[in-house]
Amino acid sequence: MTMYWNKKVECMSREEMRRLQSERLVKMVEHVYNDSTYYRKRMDECGVKPQDIRSIDDISKLPFTTKQDLRDNYPFGLFCVPMEDIVRLHASSGTTGKPIVAGYTKDDLAMWSEVVARSLMAAGVSKDDIMQVSYGYGLFTGGLGAHDGGTLIGASIVPTSSGNTEKQITLMRDFGSTVLACTPSYALYIADSIKKSGFDIKDFKLRVGIFGAEPWTDAMRRDIEEKLNIKAFDIYGLTEMCGPGVGCECECQNGTHLWEDHFYPEIIDPVTLQPLPPGEKGELVFTNLTKWGMPMIRYRTRDLTTLHYETCECGRTAVRMSKILGRSDDMLIIRGVNVFPSTIESIILEFPECEPYYMIEVDRVNNTDTFDIQVEVKPEYYTDRITELAALKKRITARVQSVVGISPNIKIVEPNTIERSMGKAKHAIDHRKFE
Amino acid sequence: MLIKQLSVFLENRLGRFSQIAKIFSEAGINMKAFTVSENAEFGVLHLIVSDPEKACALLREKSFAATLNDVICLQCPDVPGALEVALAAITEAGISIEYMYAFAQGSTASVIIRPNDLDKCIEVLSENKFKTLTQEGLNSI
Repeated sequence: MTMYWNKKVECMSREEMRRLQSERLVKMVEHVYNDSTYYRKRMDECGVKPQDIRSIDDISKLPFTTKQDLRDNYPFGLFCVPMEDIVRLHASSGTTGKPIVAGYTKDDLAMWSEVVARSLMAAGVSKDDIMQVSYGYGLFTGGLGAHDGGTLIGASIVPTSSGNTEKQITLMRDFGSTVLACTPSYALYIADSIKKSGFDIKDFKLRVGIFGAEPWTDAMRRDIEEKLNIKAFDIYGLTEMCGPGVGCECECQNGTHLWEDHFYPEIIDPVTLQPLPPGEKGELVFTNLTKWGMPMIRYRTRDLTTLHYETCECGRTAVRMSKILGRSDDMLIIRGVNVFPSTIESIILEFPECEPYYMIEVDRVNNTDTFDIQVEVKPEYYTDRITELAALKKRITARVQSVVGISPNIKIVEPNTIERSMGKAKHAIDHRKFE
Repeated sequence: MLIKQLSVFLENRLGRFSQIAKIFSEAGINMKAFTVSENAEFGVLHLIVSDPEKACALLREKSFAATLNDVICLQCPDVPGALEVALAAITEAGISIEYMYAFAQGSTASVIIRPNDLDKCIEVLSENKFKTLTQEGLNSI
């Protein structure tokens, strides 16, 4: 039997939903115009006043917000309430040394718990479940987001956080955890560790997996489902909106239901920036309709996808998003970390020994992302000593690790190996298959 | 006292050395000795050739990462224990060797030595009356 956390909203008619979205957008636009110097300036620049926004149809009059805007206003420039009303701060992995910061009021946290609760219940989690949260707890939104949503529906939460896998497995077996919430790659690692430890999966009571924070393939899903003897669900979210719980798959697994009374989704043409009709592929744009602390107005996710508005077999009318089909910028997500080729470029340029050419190569081997960067050394820096090249490789590796947060494999290649391009150079090759 | 060694950075890729051999063959450059320092991903090929300047220029033209550097070419009799005496003198002077390789011709062995301190190594060897080859001497072998 289908379970809903908030049936009224999740199954609301399209007209009712638009009315609710309109009402909320009008309030949100008044809030950001009156309470944020940043948004007021942006709206004034575009010649838009709050009174121009009368319904959700007027949303396309509003200016976009981008990741760059968040960086430029680091850390609190986009907060729209006084600091005394902010009760929680989170931050996502930064790629230029500056993380993306998110601030939440008490009501924002309640909203977040609500959408995670809806997500969990859509995946079949209830108060009768014992849910092991193996997302990292801390600045990362995964751990506390899943924790609060699970608490709201009344599940018994086991807050193991990530890591210490042996203990995770022991507790999972001894406590009889029925739900596992973590990244899909960690789920696979746990599955393989269970096998290695000599445990029998029959001694475990797992039945549902809530996996997100990184892209994963259907093959990976089948692999996890088989090894852990569970049904695996994709939960979707981004720090800028709140974290996990912006949407989740239901039992039909026919797309990700987005909780659009809180996060209004649009699909735009990434070149003309014009909204596209339902079903067409384009860039996903979100507007926070209820998050008061740090609302995002028309935030460009850069994710390419399609939206489907037909009622789902589960009874939900909530819009469904297809799999992410790519990016409208060149950002790579490697081991869950956002990597921009431009960041790698600026690091390579810091090294006088290196030519200003590089090539990033990403693949997935044994369910772990590989991260190679090819660099060329300038002719005058070659010597007869191989130890000097090895030391250079080590220094570049350490620098990338400290800026990006993950360790690359630096490959020094022979001169003129990396393609020189007259036009827009290709800086990354992604061999991973997500479709 | 010193000779020129040609060093070429090479990725571990099929056929790279054979391309170098072809370039030298076409230009009439003779390889007298070579060795490779390597790790899993790349290596540095060290060569003693008949015309190091020309060889280096040719390789650079073809985009090889080639450099010239000075090394010592020690001459010693090709008999047991000959090298040991020379190495003992070098070690006693506190000089360490980055890499070395050797080739023998007739009753004489030539040992290419890349010490961490070239000047000091030359000094120690000549104080101890060891014979080192010059470029001209080498080319006449």
